[in-house]
Amino acid sequence: MATAAEIEKQAEAREVRNRWFLSAPALIIILLAASGPLLIVLLYSFLTPGPYGDVVWKFSTEGWVSVFLERDIFDDTLSFAGAHLTIFWRSLKLAIMATVATLIFGFPTAYFIATRPERTRDIWLFLITIPFWTNLLIRTFAVLQVIRNEGIINTALINLGIIDQPIQMLYTDFAIMVGMVYVYLPLMVLPLYASMEKLDFRLVEAGYDLYATRWQVLKRIIFPMVRPGVIAGSILVFIPAIGAYVTPSVLGGGKNMMFANLIELQFGQGRNWPLGAALSITVMAIVMVALLVYVRNTSGSEARHG
Amino acid sequence: MNLKSMSTAVGLALLASTSLASAEGALNIYNWGNYISPDMIKKFEEKHSVKVTVTDYDSNDTALAKVRQGGHGFDVAMPSQTYIPIWIQEGLLLETRPDQMENFKNVMPEWKDPAFDPGRHYSVPWALGTVGVGVNTEFYKGDINTWKIVFDTPDELKGKVNVVPEMNDVMHAAIKYVGGEQCTGDKEVLKKVRDVLVAAKPNWIAMEYNTIDKMGAGDFKATSDWNGSVLRQRLANPAIHYGYPVEGFQFWSDNVVVLKDAANVENAKLFQNFMMDPENAAMNSAFHRYANGIAGSEKFMPADMTSAPEVVVPEEFKKNGEILQTCAPEVTALYTKIWTELQK
Repeated sequence: MATAAEIEKQAEAREVRNRWFLSAPALIIILLAASGPLLIVLLYSFLTPGPYGDVVWKFSTEGWVSVFLERDIFDDTLSFAGAHLTIFWRSLKLAIMATVATLIFGFPTAYFIATRPERTRDIWLFLITIPFWTNLLIRTFAVLQVIRNEGIINTALINLGIIDQPIQMLYTDFAIMVGMVYVYLPLMVLPLYASMEKLDFRLVEAGYDLYATRWQVLKRIIFPMVRPGVIAGSILVFIPAIGAYVTPSVLGGGKNMMFANLIELQFGQGRNWPLGAALSITVMAIVMVALLVYVRNTSGSEARHG
Repeated sequence: MNLKSMSTAVGLALLASTSLASAEGALNIYNWGNYISPDMIKKFEEKHSVKVTVTDYDSNDTALAKVRQGGHGFDVAMPSQTYIPIWIQEGLLLETRPDQMENFKNVMPEWKDPAFDPGRHYSVPWALGTVGVGVNTEFYKGDINTWKIVFDTPDELKGKVNVVPEMNDVMHAAIKYVGGEQCTGDKEVLKKVRDVLVAAKPNWIAMEYNTIDKMGAGDFKATSDWNGSVLRQRLANPAIHYGYPVEGFQFWSDNVVVLKDAANVENAKLFQNFMMDPENAAMNSAFHRYANGIAGSEKFMPADMTSAPEVVVPEEFKKNGEILQTCAPEVTALYTKIWTELQK
C-alpha cells in the first residue's frame, strides 16, 4: 500500500507531465517557427552567393568576413567595414532617440491616465489604441501629409503670414523622429500604464507629507516603482525602432540607409544573400546583448521598493 | 412542368454551365505597379473569357527572386531587357516563340530581333522608354539635357533634387557622366564614378521612387526619372520638362514573357499575341504613357502622346542613347559596394 507521501509524489509527477503535455503544441510551434527560420538564416550566411541572387551550396565565410572587413575595390586592401558601422550607428542612434522621446511623451500620458477616476481610464486607454487600427504605412503617409512642403503645417503657416517660404521638414532627421515617436508611442504608454495602475498613490501622498518636493517624489517614489513598465516599454519601442524600415524611407527620403535597408539591399539589387544573412544575425546578436545588459542594469534595485 | 419546358430548362442549365466553364480560364499576371491598363485587361477578359489577376512587384530583383523560388502561381511577367538574358539562362521562361505568332508582323522592325532575346523566341514588347531627368523649369531656366542636374547640381536646384534609387540606372548614368562605357569594370573609371556620386549626394533631398506625386506637390524640383513618369508629371504641371542627358542616357524595354511553370500556358500565349495588336498596345500606352514598339499603334494613341517629346525621342538626342546590357555578376558586385558607400 502506498503511503500518503508516495501518492502525493505520484500526483505531482502526473501534474508535471500534464503541464509539459499541454504546453507541448505551443512549444513545438515556437521552436519550429522561431528557430527553424533562424537556422536557415544561419546556414545561408555560410554559403556562397549565387550569381543572380540565392545561394550556391558551397561553404564560405566570405559573408561573415565582409560584415566586419571590406576589401577596397580600388587598391584591394582589407580594412574595417566603416560603411556598415556608420549605417548601424545611425539605426542605433535613431532607435535610442525614439525610445527616449517616447518615454518623455509617454510617461506623463500614462501618469495622466492612471490618475483618472477608474471608470474613465478605459476610455483614455481606448483612445491610445485607436492608431493601431490603421496600418503602419498609412499612418506614416499621414505624417508625410502633415509635414511636407505643401502639407498642413506649412500651408497653415503661410496662409497666416507667419512664414513666406515653406519650412523643410520632410526628409530630415526631425521627420523620421516625428514619425517614429508617433508610431511607437502606444507601445510605450501601455506597459507604463500597466505598472502605474498598480502604483499605490498613498505612498505619493506620504512622500509629500514628509516634505518631499515634486521632483523628489517622482525620482524616489514613482519612477522606481514603475521601473518594470519603463523597461518593458523601452524594449517594445527599441526593438522595432532599430529595425525600422518604412518610416525612415518614407519620411527620411531613403538617402541614408538604415540597417534594415542595408540588409534588404543584399537580398535585392546587391545579390549577396550570405552577407544579408550574416548582417541579420549580427544585428540580432547585438540587440540581444544590449537588452540583456540593459535589463540587468535597470532591474537590479527593484526589490528594495514596492 | 411539361417535358418540353423541362428539356429547355436542362438545356439552359447546360449552356450556363458550359459558358461558366470557359469563363473559368485564368491568367495571372505579375507586373510592375501602376503599369497595366484596366480597360485593356477588360477587353482581353471579354475577348477570351479569361479572368485576369494582376499582382505587383517593385523591382526586377524582387520579380526574379520570387519567380526563382517557385510556387508563385504566375503565368506572365514583364522583366526589363537587362534581366531577360538572366531569366532565359536560369531556365525560368517558356519558349513560346512569339516570332511565329499571328500578330508578330506588327512588331517594329528594330524590335524584332533584340540582343536580349535573339529572334524573339521568348518575349513580346510591353513598354519602351528612356531614363533621363525631369526638371521643374519654373525653378531652373538652364539647360536640362545633362546629368549635371543630378551630379553637378546647379545652385537653384541644390537640396531639391531627387534620385530614383535604381542602382543599375544610377550607375549607368554616373559612368556615362565621367565618360566611361556601360557595365565597365575599369577601376579608374569606377573611382571617378564613386567620387562624383559621393560629392553629388549632399545636394540631393531624397532617393525615392514616388516621383509623380512628389514632383507634382513640389517636394522635388528635379529628379532622375523614367520618361513616361515625367510625361505624366508634365500633363499635371506644364512647367515640368524631360531632359535627355548629352553625356549618354539609356533606352530600356520591358517585355511580356511566359513563365516555365505557368499553369495557364494557352492564355498566356493568347496574351502575348494580344499585346502585339496595335490597338491593344495603344490602349496600354494611353495608360502607362510609354511607347510600345508595335507599329501602327500610333494612330490609336491619345494625341498628347504621339507628339510628346518624352515619348518621341527628338532626332538630335537619339545618338546619345544606348540600350542597357546585362552587366556581369562580378561587375554588379563592384557596383553594389559603391552603392553601399554612397548610401552609408
